[in-house]
Amino acid sequence: MPPSTSSDLTLSVNGEKYALTVDHRTTLLDALRERLDLTGTKKGCDQGQCGACTVLVDGRRKVACLHLAVAAEGREITTIEGVAEGERLHPVQQAFLDLDGFQCGYCTPGQICSAIAVIEEHAAGWPSAVTGDVRPEAGPPPLTPEEIRERMSGNLCRCGAYVSIVQAVARAAQETNGAAA
Amino acid sequence: MTTATKGGAGTAHTRVEGRDKVTGAARYAGEIPFADLAHGWLVLSTVARGRVRALDAEAVLAMPGVLTVLHHGNAPRVDTGFTGMMGVPPDPSTGLFQHDRVPHMGWPVALVVAETSEQAREAAEALVVHYEREPHDVAFSARRESEAYPLDGHVPAVMEKGDLEAELAASAVVVDAEYTTPEEHHNPMEPHAAAARWEGGRLEVVDSNQGTGWVAGELAHLFSLDPASVRVRSEHVGGGFGSKGTRAHQVAAVMAATVLQRPVRVVLTRRQMFSLAGHRSPTAQRVRLGADANGRLRALEHRSLNQTSTVHDFVEPSAAASRSMYAADAHHTASRLVKLDVPTPTWMRAPGEAPGSFALESALDELAERCGVDPIDLRIRNEPAVGPVSGLPFGGRNLVACFREGARRFGWAGRDPRPGLRREGRWLLGTGMAAASFPVMAMPSTASVTAETDGTFTVRINAADIGTGARTALTLVAADALEVPADRVRVRIGDSDLGPAMIAGGSAGTRSWGWAVTEAAEELRRSLAPGADIPPEGVTVRSDTSRALGALAQKERHSFGAQFAEVAVDPATGEVRVRRMLGIFAAGRIVNPLTARSQLVGGMAWGISMALHEEAVRDRASGGLYGADLAGYHVAAHADVPHIEADWVDDRDPDDPVGIKGIGEVGIVGAAAAVANAVWHATGVRHRDLPIRPDRVLLAGADA
Repeated sequence: MPPSTSSDLTLSVNGEKYALTVDHRTTLLDALRERLDLTGTKKGCDQGQCGACTVLVDGRRKVACLHLAVAAEGREITTIEGVAEGERLHPVQQAFLDLDGFQCGYCTPGQICSAIAVIEEHAAGWPSAVTGDVRPEAGPPPLTPEEIRERMSGNLCRCGAYVSIVQAVARAAQETNGAAA
Repeated sequence: MTTATKGGAGTAHTRVEGRDKVTGAARYAGEIPFADLAHGWLVLSTVARGRVRALDAEAVLAMPGVLTVLHHGNAPRVDTGFTGMMGVPPDPSTGLFQHDRVPHMGWPVALVVAETSEQAREAAEALVVHYEREPHDVAFSARRESEAYPLDGHVPAVMEKGDLEAELAASAVVVDAEYTTPEEHHNPMEPHAAAARWEGGRLEVVDSNQGTGWVAGELAHLFSLDPASVRVRSEHVGGGFGSKGTRAHQVAAVMAATVLQRPVRVVLTRRQMFSLAGHRSPTAQRVRLGADANGRLRALEHRSLNQTSTVHDFVEPSAAASRSMYAADAHHTASRLVKLDVPTPTWMRAPGEAPGSFALESALDELAERCGVDPIDLRIRNEPAVGPVSGLPFGGRNLVACFREGARRFGWAGRDPRPGLRREGRWLLGTGMAAASFPVMAMPSTASVTAETDGTFTVRINAADIGTGARTALTLVAADALEVPADRVRVRIGDSDLGPAMIAGGSAGTRSWGWAVTEAAEELRRSLAPGADIPPEGVTVRSDTSRALGALAQKERHSFGAQFAEVAVDPATGEVRVRRMLGIFAAGRIVNPLTARSQLVGGMAWGISMALHEEAVRDRASGGLYGADLAGYHVAAHADVPHIEADWVDDRDPDDPVGIKGIGEVGIVGAAAAVANAVWHATGVRHRDLPIRPDRVLLAGADA
């Protein structure tokens, strides 16, 4: 018998369970877009360089193009379609909309998922490459524009909406936990 | 739904499709589902010049899921002998699989179509192609000028006024400098994608492009179809910047859909975009300025050289950008090109102006230094009363107002012009400025506006919103013309069935479309009696701006701007950081301040990227690029872009019914020069070659 090239698995996405058979070569990104019709997660480079496919896997940001679907079973995956509460936008989404943190919109779902994780990582005290005092007892650094830029640098935006994105992340962080400096 | 301030043009309004974009609901071309969809994957040449001798298609056809392999031996014929809507022949890569010749690395040689994208990709990678290799030549440099030839594009290649050598000889101060800019790639975040199918005898294509009418027209020509039998739609477009016209992927999708008689989608990979989506040619430029001791120009010469492919002439008119900027007794400008075994370049945000302004505005800064004149004063001294070469009146030239407002807000007054004096820890600090301009254009467009029975209005215009905010701007323009609140207007765009209209390009989209929408909406408002009943089908008025545009008086029409930058340079590492930027623009009436500011700031971010980062390096041995992806080709990321401010002075264009000029491209113009001039002010070293990489900063320091 030839070795099997596909597997049955269950993906848990935005709180829903999806049973499907996937080709072992299928990335999480393609499974979301092509199999589950969750096309909000974007494919900008398909090789982990642009961040457009950023999703949350067990609450941590991951680029879905470098994650095989078969390796995502048992994880809780959150995509852009799952971050709002019904009709009420997530504070990051609302801030992007109000402050025009996008132009063409193609990097936007990845930027928003990344920003949601940035705000949580910061609140949890994670330092970044530009954090001055990284001792645990120093606590979270002020979430300055410089901190936001550094932490968001895995998400490219070719329209150059960075200035508004930084403002949107700062506003959302302020609303979420009073973190923006 | 919007969260905006109520009001029409001139008031900030969030994007009408904004909620769809922040929730992931907006679907782009590669995301529209089709029943029975097959997936195509292009195979590109691995040699830079030669012939395809054979393809081992049989082995690939036996792979799981593979439906067909198209190549020059079996593909449908297409006709590329036509001039498209933009007045130029189609890109040569649309003549897909028509012959066995390979004119550059990354030329499409086959399309593998399979049931799934995984199957298509693996089969495409497994396809063995045998080539007959020929020697190639991809070495672009200023030394190629002897082989170069001038070519008139949208503007004449060569324009000469006055005796250049005599004026240079009579000048008290002469600046003679050479500048280079590298090969640059658009890299919109959404890769090019198209799905094609035959439906009821019509060819339907869902695509990501800058003009559905443009692409539909070219597909009709290519496949010898009645234009009415081709429909192209492009609702949401993830950026274009000049790269999203008719290209190999749409042609491939149509061929495969025709052969297989089922829907086929073809998406370019990021790496494929580096040879199939066009690029900005590298340039080698020479600027000679001759001036009186007080800085008044007697002579201005700007020569530019660019590369093109062996199969298409494309001119990057970098020298033409100088023709409208400064008065000079002798004024010579020439753009030339040299043919190499490289992919065909194309328009990329501010074609000509972006690289041309780097050279000219750097040279002006050098002249200011030599004359001991403030760079802003120098430019004001050389302000022309009429077009310096054309002699035509300006259709508004509020550049001096931009300088003054910019200088005030940036804190230019009291700047010590001497370089290399300001230090902050390990950083040397400097400031620089440059001027910007971009032509104002409009192309004939048609629109219709319908009064609906429920009191709302539907605007139909084949505009493209590639991130510009056009959909929102046109909503505001229509609301103003109809004298109704914006929430009673819906705008339908991105569908070739809506009729002929300008593409999103040349900074002329919103001006062209806004004109057509205003004409139709105003006529509809005048024709509707207050309180009159609207019949069930609504009341529709159509417009066509061909006649109005044809009647426009000839003028020098441009948007202008003043760019300011502050940089910090670490002479130990060679790192350059832009600390802040300010751009003040005179770019016509601003329809939507929220999105206009984003677009101008985005253009300035491109300028930072151009000044410091972007560079596609061609390997002379293989003829291909090193690192043709977003890791090897760095575009500015979050950490590279500081706080940028963009604002504008009042500059309504009296010849346009809305007062629009255009803002899509002027934001990048001059921005790289402002950064380079600031690097000189910080370090005392002129950087005439972009990008200003750390190694260039370090080596320049070693020479000093």
